[in-house]
Amino acid sequence: MIPRPKPERFRLRRTMMFMNAQKPGLFKDAYIYGCDSIMLDLEDAVAENQKDAARFSLYHALKTIDYGDTEVIVRINGLDTPHWQEDIRVCVAAGADGIRIAKCESAEDVRTVEKATEEAEKEFGVEVGRTLLMAALESPKGIINAYEICSASPRMFGVAISGGDFRKCMQTVPQPDGVDMLYARGQMLVAARAAGIQCFDTVFTNLDDEEGFQAEVLQNKAMGFDGKSLINPKQIRFVHEVYAPTEKEVIQAEKIVRAVRENADKGLGVFTVDGKMIDIAFLPSAERTLRLARAYGMYEGDLV
Amino acid sequence: MKILKPAVAGTLESSDVQVTVEPGNGKIELELSSSVMNQYGRQIKEKVLETLDRLEVNDARVTVVDKGALDCTIAARVECAVFRSCDASAKNLPWGGVIR
Repeated sequence: MIPRPKPERFRLRRTMMFMNAQKPGLFKDAYIYGCDSIMLDLEDAVAENQKDAARFSLYHALKTIDYGDTEVIVRINGLDTPHWQEDIRVCVAAGADGIRIAKCESAEDVRTVEKATEEAEKEFGVEVGRTLLMAALESPKGIINAYEICSASPRMFGVAISGGDFRKCMQTVPQPDGVDMLYARGQMLVAARAAGIQCFDTVFTNLDDEEGFQAEVLQNKAMGFDGKSLINPKQIRFVHEVYAPTEKEVIQAEKIVRAVRENADKGLGVFTVDGKMIDIAFLPSAERTLRLARAYGMYEGDLV
Repeated sequence: MKILKPAVAGTLESSDVQVTVEPGNGKIELELSSSVMNQYGRQIKEKVLETLDRLEVNDARVTVVDKGALDCTIAARVECAVFRSCDASAKNLPWGGVIR
């Protein structure tokens, strides 16, 4: 039995890689790829008549395989299917870090999953509140209701857009400049930030189009996404490179974190670092820079 | 558990194992083939029997075609086949009970 540590609501999630929970050949060594999170899929990747088999395999994988620091999220079946309740039971019993709600359209959907999760935690003797939630927005209605979804539960750590279904609803296909989802991505990001949770972009499915993938990742970072959903291990490295801070940014962040802490001890709220005005508002982003630097192997200090 | 009807779980893909259970003749009859028979045959057999024992299955014909599955996959496929044979694989499973 592998006991998993208590899930951290706001950890780095630059890369979240989908894996079919029904295919042992795939997920048995998923931790070696170095993505921040894996998303074991009970939904679309699993055929309708194999949902039961996927749960058995998920349960034993989580109880036996040591995924180390890699976060384990499970994508459950939609609330309009007969599968989601049992999906939640197995996630909680197996100790998954979090549940991804597919096709989420309202705060009510989040609360429905939250309630079933709490019941499962009680049933299986798991600390109530341990299991985190995230929502996938896959429809125009989900995008319109993004803020109520993001703020529906203290278990919510993030929200993601699912491009495939969304573009179908909008009668469009992926465009090189991302204009097809510009509004949806923007609306979701604003909602996530307003609710204080993380925000992740959709998968890029054309594995042969390296250039298109890279352009999309750069745009994701520029828009402010915390990370991206992936479908293949070969996509991980580029995302981590893009999200790595520059050396200059790391040095600056270190100075800011030190200065904020030292000056706070002295009772000073605002001061200058290298001629730039700095106050407490700069702290979260400086700390995030250091966490990103540490994840990329650029920072070994103890400030974060 | 009593095997009520034939049931299969798992595939013949690499790292997987296909398990078939059928009503037996009063005892466990196990037929095992594996791509790693020489190295792991005994261990696979032990894992299958241990899992059946845990589920209190003692009357079944069991056919196992292994393609190099880990122990956790063997347990998952045996359990799934047994629960399917009882039409009990879809809901209210005893996670952490007999499934462990």
